[in-house]
Amino acid sequence: MQPLVTIDKVEMRYGGADGLLAVSDLTLSVAKGEFAAVVGPSGCGKSTLMKLVTGLYIPQQGVVTVAGARVTKPVSIVGMAFQNPTMLPWRTTLDNILLPLEVVERHRGRLRANKAEYVAKAEALLETVGLKGFGHKFPWQLSGGMQQRANLCRALIHEPDLLMLDEPFGALDSFTREELWCVIRDLHAAQGVTIVLVTHDLREATFLADRIFVMSSRPGRIIEERRVPFARPRDLELMYDAAFTDIVHELRSSIADARKAA
Amino acid sequence: MSTQAKGFDWVRAAPWLYTAALFILWEGAARGFDLPQYILPAPTVIAQAIVQYWSAIWKNSLQTLYTTLAGFLLAVVGGLALGILVGWSRFIYAGLYPLMVGFNAIPKVALVPVLVIWFGIGTVPAILTAFLIAFFPIVVNVATGLATIEPEMEDVLRALGAKKMDIMLKVGIPRSMPYFFGSLKVAITLAFVGSVISETVAANSGLGHMMLGAQSQFNVPLVFAGLVMLAIEGIVMYAIMAWIEMRMTGWAHRSQTMAA
Repeated sequence: MQPLVTIDKVEMRYGGADGLLAVSDLTLSVAKGEFAAVVGPSGCGKSTLMKLVTGLYIPQQGVVTVAGARVTKPVSIVGMAFQNPTMLPWRTTLDNILLPLEVVERHRGRLRANKAEYVAKAEALLETVGLKGFGHKFPWQLSGGMQQRANLCRALIHEPDLLMLDEPFGALDSFTREELWCVIRDLHAAQGVTIVLVTHDLREATFLADRIFVMSSRPGRIIEERRVPFARPRDLELMYDAAFTDIVHELRSSIADARKAA
Repeated sequence: MSTQAKGFDWVRAAPWLYTAALFILWEGAARGFDLPQYILPAPTVIAQAIVQYWSAIWKNSLQTLYTTLAGFLLAVVGGLALGILVGWSRFIYAGLYPLMVGFNAIPKVALVPVLVIWFGIGTVPAILTAFLIAFFPIVVNVATGLATIEPEMEDVLRALGAKKMDIMLKVGIPRSMPYFFGSLKVAITLAFVGSVISETVAANSGLGHMMLGAQSQFNVPLVFAGLVMLAIEGIVMYAIMAWIEMRMTGWAHRSQTMAA
């Protein structure tokens, strides 16, 4: 299948020629419609990877391509969600979700005239993530888990081809996290969007992803790539399966090795 | 709040009770120690002075209120504009900030003679002094609001192709509004300081001028009457600014009990 994202021998250094080398010889590719997860020890350049793919950083060496085009400026076919939901407190949840449409070039001109159509779309997304009827609430009236659901809606409203998630469930309690795993699993199944999930949580990566990339400590590069064989749709019960635990266990030792090598 | 549903609401009554207690203590001390009027007049004596000189006090109070508000409005417009400019770019921030700090360090009373040379004695120096002193907190607060945009928010929008202008309009400026409205409370109080300083040094009217005249005649009750009027004007304007703040940026003062 045609890769949607390719990263080829990329090197990224912060703060000039002898600055901090964040990633080096980073190579990976993600196929269209695939769910990829990136795991690694902390400070391994996972967030740098996010910013390289979205075009917020341009690498000093190597090439990043998204949808066949070399990335030289921000890529608007990407949706992003971070651990911090960063909802704007003066906007209702619905208006927060519509925010990307006020920015993305191909939507901003149409937004005013076709408001009803976009609002309907946002309402539909809210329903998918289990927030039906909460659109008129302000974000601070929602719980952390609900805000993160709304954050996912905001990342998806402009129908991105690629969704980049940077530890979106990191700050949630474990029950809410499991609920949101199911939400993102169903979104992926329903919308056919390509997802790259950066996470610390190996069970999360194994439960959700088709493929898991393990990064080394800084300077980050991919040291292991692992296919997750479980059939979809996956059930939360899968996590108590021996095969599942084995994968998590092996990933854990790879990362432990990567940390020791540092 | 710790008060019960029924019975007297002590917390609500507290400002009035404390104020009353202050005046009663003051009155008691003035009478008990038999303080002469030219040292510390009792509140009742001050009240008499307010009644006796009401027409002069009223006229001068309006003048002070006028110069204060005019200077304050200038400070709001100028402070908001400069705050946005300073918060906009690191280059402007780095260049202007030390200049503003230096300027703010100059005691504004030292500028009044310069203003008098330029504009003559009277209303204009008072307005400008109020403006100069009230301007700084507004600039600093607006710039702070702009400078503290969450980086994640900026990333989300920039990845979508947002320009600096989009980020400022959609996120930065709305975000700095609570800081701005919060700074108005500080600024209005400082504006009174500025206008009264200028009226005391060089003016033909205003409470500062009136108090200076009263002082030279040892009319101490009238001096205190001027102070009381200033306090009242200050409290009223502060309350108005606090009310505007609540109205405009209620979302920033959300109560925990509203969370779902």
